[in-house]
Amino acid sequence: MSKLVIEGLGRVFPGVRGGAPVTALQPTDLVVADNEFVTILGPSGCGKSTLLRIVAGLDRPSSGRVVLDGREISGPGPDRGMVFQSYTLFPWLTIAENIAFGLLEKGLGAAETRAIVAAYVDKVGLRGFENHWPKQLSGGMQQRTAIARALANDPAILLLDEPFGALDNQTRALMQELLLGIWERERKTVLFVTHDIEEAIFVGSRCLVMSARPGRVKADIPIPLPHPRHYTMKTSPDFSALKARLTEEIRAEAVLAAAH
Amino acid sequence: MRPLEPISAGRRLALGILFFVLFFAAWALATLGGFVPKIFLADPLTMVRDGARLLTDFGFAADILITIWRVVGGFVLAALVAVPLGILMGAYKPIEAFFEPFISFARYLPASAFVPLLILWAGLGETQKLLVIFIGSVFQIVLMVAVNVGQTRRDLVEAAYTLGAGDYGIVRRVLIPMNAPEIAEILRLVLGWAWTYVIVAELIGSSAGIGHMIIDSQALMATGQIIFGILVIGLIGLVSDYLFKRLNQTLFPWRLA
Repeated sequence: MSKLVIEGLGRVFPGVRGGAPVTALQPTDLVVADNEFVTILGPSGCGKSTLLRIVAGLDRPSSGRVVLDGREISGPGPDRGMVFQSYTLFPWLTIAENIAFGLLEKGLGAAETRAIVAAYVDKVGLRGFENHWPKQLSGGMQQRTAIARALANDPAILLLDEPFGALDNQTRALMQELLLGIWERERKTVLFVTHDIEEAIFVGSRCLVMSARPGRVKADIPIPLPHPRHYTMKTSPDFSALKARLTEEIRAEAVLAAAH
Repeated sequence: MRPLEPISAGRRLALGILFFVLFFAAWALATLGGFVPKIFLADPLTMVRDGARLLTDFGFAADILITIWRVVGGFVLAALVAVPLGILMGAYKPIEAFFEPFISFARYLPASAFVPLLILWAGLGETQKLLVIFIGSVFQIVLMVAVNVGQTRRDLVEAAYTLGAGDYGIVRRVLIPMNAPEIAEILRLVLGWAWTYVIVAELIGSSAGIGHMIIDSQALMATGQIIFGILVIGLIGLVSDYLFKRLNQTLFPWRLA
């Protein structure tokens, strides 16, 4: 069943100071099935974030359209939860209040809100930190809160824009396992943008490789690794074969991008 | 001493007090030592004696209170108008485009130059005094609040949108709480400026207030009283600044975390 349908979606940014317009994203078609975990892999400047931002409704396409659950999207909404690369917790709200932000917007009752917040605090392992300010938490904990905040809203699709990009390697690996664990238990439709090949394979059920200048989807590769996945899988032959393939795909793009 | 190296709270306090001590010592030396004629500058002891007499014999406490009331009154009126307008201008660009050029122009109109006009329009009563402070503060607050709100981190606004906030929700639940501490800081800053306007307003056509006492003392060449009046303003400023800071710290604990 298709959850998200993208038809001829393109984005051209007008030229700066009389310069030529920049094509960030060539008209792209994409169908994402229900509960699919799609990773979007590409070098910087390949339009992967632009694609995600258009799906989120934060940017407008120059052409084409995005249809979620049969409805064309025209702006941001709570049916598309998003986690950003930068730390976007509201600094004046505690961790619990941050997670409750969308629930309050929905007009949920206090008791129900409390129950949902408590459940997500547990799921991302932040019990005991409910009343802390975001500033008092490490980067990894802040991103865990951001994931909980997006999921607590029960969105139809979860959009992640390099959510672990600012974290150190060890924390990043743990965050991947946490996110994957949640997905394996709850099944959500996910679009996950990253430039990390290993990350794209480990968490995804399908990987789109994008090429730069102009941005377009170059390859659409299924990740048939079994679930539940364990971190030791990263050293398995199947994983290595996928990694080798994606490395080849992405390397050609990186070389091209670096030449510009 | 090394660049940016912090110091202990005790040493900070001691150094701060040390400056006051040196300041008064230099003043005492210049005046009591006979280096400056008494007629130009009273010595600290005369100043204290004059100040005590002002408070006991001439009801100076009432002057202080009326000046404080004028500053606070005019300032609160200005804030009530300026803060909401500034927030709207920061949030909505058409509103900003409509008001910003005029307010940028009006901000340079000196409040003190309005005193004669305001006397003509509002008489010599309290309304005129409040209006001077209002005019002096309102445009400054509007512009600073608008700039501040306009610079709210875009990613926080976007995050709120993806969590289901509407346009009104963005203003109420993101722009206002995010900028509240800065707005409080702006108010603290402008309150300091309001103190200079009130004295100007009281120098002309006034029958009470610290400024009125100062202009009266000038006629009597009572430099001790003038200096006492100026010091009182400084002390009130110091205290109100401290109270404002403490209030901000209790209102916005997340800033200190």
